[in-house]
Amino acid sequence: MEAENQIQVDLGHLLAFDPYHHFASPPKSREELVTECLRAGTKLVQAITDGLFNLSATEAIEGPLVKLPKPTTRLPREKHLPRPKPPTKWEMFAKSKGIQKRKKNKVLWDEQTDSWKRSYGYDRVNDDADVPIIEAKMTDEPGSDPFAKRKEEKKKRVEKTEKNRLQNLKQAAKVGALPSHVQLAATALPITGTQAAPKKITKDELGNVAGLAATATASGGKFDKKVAGEKAVKHQGKHRKFLPAAEGSGMGNREKEQTDKVLSKLMARNSHEILNVGKAVSMYNVKKQRDGRNQKGRSSFDSSSKLKPNGKPMKGDKKSPYQKSRKGGSHGGGASRKGKAD
Amino acid sequence: MMKINTPKKKRVLRELEKRAPKLVETGKKTLILQGLKTSNVLNSVLKEIYHLKRDSAVRYTRKNDNIRPFESGGETSLEFFSQKTDCSIFVYGNTSKKRPDNIIIGRTYNHQIYDLVEVGVENFKPMESFKYDKKLAPQVGSKPFITFAGEGFESIDELKHLKEVLLDLFRGEVVESLSLVGLDRVYVITAVSSDRVFLTHCAVRLKKSGSVVPRIELVEVGPSMDLVVRRHRLPNESLRKEAMRISTDGLKKKIKNVVGDSIQGKVGKIYMPDQKIGEMALPNKAKGVKRERREAKIKHSEHAAKKKKEDAAD
Repeated sequence: MEAENQIQVDLGHLLAFDPYHHFASPPKSREELVTECLRAGTKLVQAITDGLFNLSATEAIEGPLVKLPKPTTRLPREKHLPRPKPPTKWEMFAKSKGIQKRKKNKVLWDEQTDSWKRSYGYDRVNDDADVPIIEAKMTDEPGSDPFAKRKEEKKKRVEKTEKNRLQNLKQAAKVGALPSHVQLAATALPITGTQAAPKKITKDELGNVAGLAATATASGGKFDKKVAGEKAVKHQGKHRKFLPAAEGSGMGNREKEQTDKVLSKLMARNSHEILNVGKAVSMYNVKKQRDGRNQKGRSSFDSSSKLKPNGKPMKGDKKSPYQKSRKGGSHGGGASRKGKAD
Repeated sequence: MMKINTPKKKRVLRELEKRAPKLVETGKKTLILQGLKTSNVLNSVLKEIYHLKRDSAVRYTRKNDNIRPFESGGETSLEFFSQKTDCSIFVYGNTSKKRPDNIIIGRTYNHQIYDLVEVGVENFKPMESFKYDKKLAPQVGSKPFITFAGEGFESIDELKHLKEVLLDLFRGEVVESLSLVGLDRVYVITAVSSDRVFLTHCAVRLKKSGSVVPRIELVEVGPSMDLVVRRHRLPNESLRKEAMRISTDGLKKKIKNVVGDSIQGKVGKIYMPDQKIGEMALPNKAKGVKRERREAKIKHSEHAAKKKKEDAAD
């Protein structure tokens, strides 16, 4: 039998905990388990109600009302503690000068209309803008509009208060104590680092903006509706040339030329040979022939290609770079290659 | 450039103020949602929990794919939902082959995951399967008794954590005063073994007894289930410290520098602070004094005028 005072009761949460409860024997069936648990539960609830009904109760309409004590079990909060608001600029100034807050009336008696008018807002007492006649002072210069001046001053005052309010809120936001209903939204990107002045957009740049936007469309802005006076979209960047759709397969076949060019570039890049053996062999042969001929008798026919009128190399000189000579012996893949006869 | 955004409607303003952090918190809202695969049992468990906590719970009925609370990246959805619905406890149900009928109960602090407990549900009996006198049925929203029995709740880490989480989940609104008529339900939670907990919801009958305190009788009404603790994650120390902070404003203030007895009476010590005379504002310059002086002048002149009249009349 456990003593009653070993049950921990927390009246603030209506919680009871029996740390000494254990099953005397493991319950054999579900019903036994349930009845045993209900028995333990009844004991615990009885302990709570004992404590509860012994509290001082006040009478309410429905029945007795008790004031619950503070709970003893601590549970984590769901949000942080509210942070104290930093004092505003006016509050700091008032504290330093010793200015006390005065209670103002919301309605004041207006002499001119013999009625109670509010002290601020619509239709207020002593409104600055309602004055019909402003007497000119000696210090006023002729030609200046006093009503306009009053409006200007009011506008300036309002701007100043708004600026101060924004500053106060920014200070509060820095601490993290922004009021729950206020959000500060940035309308422009902050200037980070150096105080760079915002860039002035030139006329040309402005004209290019439409072009920039046009690149987002699928047809490059070609069919976009233009405003009167707007010039056509300038295409910046590479201008691509496309091959004609239908072309013969003769000498000037541009598609064949293109593919040949690509192939030759690839082969040249991937061939490991520093020495073009075929070319070297033919050059050697030609040189030998020339030397032989020169020995026999120098003639202008056999002069080197440089002295020829067109400067074209002799027909037999140039060998295609992708043709590997049979003598050179390629790396074992020569069977599939069809080379020109030497 | 910054712009100040304030709500244009009073209703929005009221909602925002409800969600602002308060000094004393009055109860957490619960979010009930499910994962990609749920079984029949799990569906009814979630439904019943929602009914038990009707006023302070939000139920999402769609399947959510990317919620994996125990993985580092899988909590973003939960945090977003917590922010959106202002719920700081969530109950997430999911079924898989490895973890059948799985429920993850978690809490958030400042809409970030605070701690998690993963339990499996077994031997679930829904509310409909219990037969009882309808007059005893507990009302929605009444503050429940919560009872824990078992030495496991003190000795075993997971059960201790589960106890705290269940207390947070089932306690109703935090109130200062309670009507004794409205006590009609209790959650009985018993530790059956080192990882198994039996939870049931009963109605309370207060019967006449000899004294002021009534005799208690429990009648099982609500869902009953076995919870098998699978995994849990405790909050990290710094977060826990911050979440458990209490404000010192409401605490009793010690009265210092006062002594006294019945003969002397109350005797206090006053310490004068440094009167920074050099930095004080000169009274002559204060605007308020000017106004008072002006008013006093007017009064004086009126008084003088009156006097003159009287003299003249005499």
